Amino acid sequence: MTSVIGSRYEQLIQRDRVHGSLYTDPSIFAEELEKIWYRSWVFVGHESEVAQPNDYVRKKLGLQDVIMTRDKDGQIHLLLNRCSHRGNQVCDDAKGNSGTFRCPYHGWTFRNDGELVGFPFFKGYGTRKLDLPLGRVPRVDSYQGFVFGSFATEGPSLIEHLGDAAGEIDRLARLSPEGRVELNAGWLQHTSRANWKLVAENETDGYHPQFVHGSIFGVTGSPIGALYSDSSTAVTRDLGNGHSENDLRPEFRKFAEPMRWFGTTESRVPEYVAAMRARYGEDAERIMIEGAPHVMIFPNLFIAEIQVFNIQPVAVNECVQFVTAVQLAGAPELNRRMVSQCIGSVGPAGMLLADDTEMYERNQHGLEALSPEWLDIRRGLNREKVDERGHPVGGPTDETGMRAFWAQYKNLMETP
Amino acid sequence: MTTAQVAELVEIPEGFDRFEVEQFLYREARLADESDYDAWEALWTDDAIYWVPAGGADIDPLRQMSVIYDNRSRISTRLKQARTGRRYAQAPPSNLRRVISNIEFLGGRPNAFGGVDLEVAANFLLLESHARGNELWGGRTTYRLRREDGELRLAYKKVVLVNNDKPIPTMGFLI
Repeated sequence: MTSVIGSRYEQLIQRDRVHGSLYTDPSIFAEELEKIWYRSWVFVGHESEVAQPNDYVRKKLGLQDVIMTRDKDGQIHLLLNRCSHRGNQVCDDAKGNSGTFRCPYHGWTFRNDGELVGFPFFKGYGTRKLDLPLGRVPRVDSYQGFVFGSFATEGPSLIEHLGDAAGEIDRLARLSPEGRVELNAGWLQHTSRANWKLVAENETDGYHPQFVHGSIFGVTGSPIGALYSDSSTAVTRDLGNGHSENDLRPEFRKFAEPMRWFGTTESRVPEYVAAMRARYGEDAERIMIEGAPHVMIFPNLFIAEIQVFNIQPVAVNECVQFVTAVQLAGAPELNRRMVSQCIGSVGPAGMLLADDTEMYERNQHGLEALSPEWLDIRRGLNREKVDERGHPVGGPTDETGMRAFWAQYKNLMETP
Repeated sequence: MTTAQVAELVEIPEGFDRFEVEQFLYREARLADESDYDAWEALWTDDAIYWVPAGGADIDPLRQMSVIYDNRSRISTRLKQARTGRRYAQAPPSNLRRVISNIEFLGGRPNAFGGVDLEVAANFLLLESHARGNELWGGRTTYRLRREDGELRLAYKKVVLVNNDKPIPTMGFLI
């Protein structure tokens, strides 16, 4: 007889290892939808995607089709794309501008804040008014324009959820001479036949780049590989609440060259540098040396310097990575380069992400073998430290980020 | 505003025989199917553009995300990566066969060198066999062909996937 110690997830998720069934068991996937995707704060999109009053764009939140709208007063809503009459889809276009959505089935019409404003042949209802709005994501909040939704009516606020990861989003916004990020370059949609957690875990895994991306680093002479090596001074940080980062600033400070983080020099982007100095004065030098964050925000927002990923689950063995280039308000010189670099790197044919995604799929396939039962996440436990803010910090190739992810995952999955 | 500048379509230029053009397109398709990187790369002109837009056919590739938007230099980088044998999305390479059809001469496109390239379009269906499973790809390709030193060369290839507004799996091969 073995005695049962702790709950299901207490057993499946341990400090130095996690169980393979977490990636393959359909019942665990169903529970994740309930306890993570339809409860916790989840990244949905960016306010700049609906820049004008009555703009809308269709998004995914877990398996659900969501319409992100900006109403005529400027407020952002997340509406479920399901008519309150017979469940038909009320919005078919990927994006557009409209104050209302009219269901094609029986003509019920909803305002872009979700209210039902009309239905044909009202005598059949004996009234002109029915209290049957579209489903709404009850809590919608944004940070630096990044829009998050939570299906839980109560719980931690977005700012509490983000915790110290908020500062990393701030760092991204500070790279704009106007202090604003925009995500208006469109999203690539990259299917991965793998569990979503394999993607999330990889985002701050500094152990894989030299191997998975050795082919492109070697061809281009990219200095990125060196950032993720034993001799690098970069660190991996557990930011709390499941968020983690590869903090590359120690390496960039060592060289102290503005714009090195972007693989360029001041002289190649003179208008940008001038605009930054005008806006930030003495701080501009430091901002342009330290560059952009590399941060994974639980469960699905990954900011990888110049690109932003939105990870959404499809099934226990399938997910989609939506990815776009960061665009910085007031930095046209940089924005065009960011689109070009981003196209080269990410998405279905990207010279980096196609190989990452190949790894996710091979992982998923590998996990069909049932022994050994566990995936190992101990790397760096022997040298982890705690920084001045109380965050665990590992070396550049350590699995500190994965352990951060799993701690939060376990918390949420164990909450009834 | 910076957008990709394209000249207006003009009359079909002289000197492009239909049979020769079709043979060229079939050869290009076969070299891509067989991941013959050297021979495929040799088809391109120095001002090449290899483009797979996303989210529509007529997006601005300088401002909007594409699946691929390669100039000649990036085509070269892409192929160098593939040749390392450690481009895991294509190591081992996918098994591929495509059919191209509905070949249509669309007109002439003035190029940056004072000449006029032939613009041709064709539909394609492609079956990819990969470890993740079989994938059926389809779409319409627009080619611009130029004669250099007597030989046909590829100056431009734009592949509009029919499902480029939806999630698609990894596309590590030459489309």
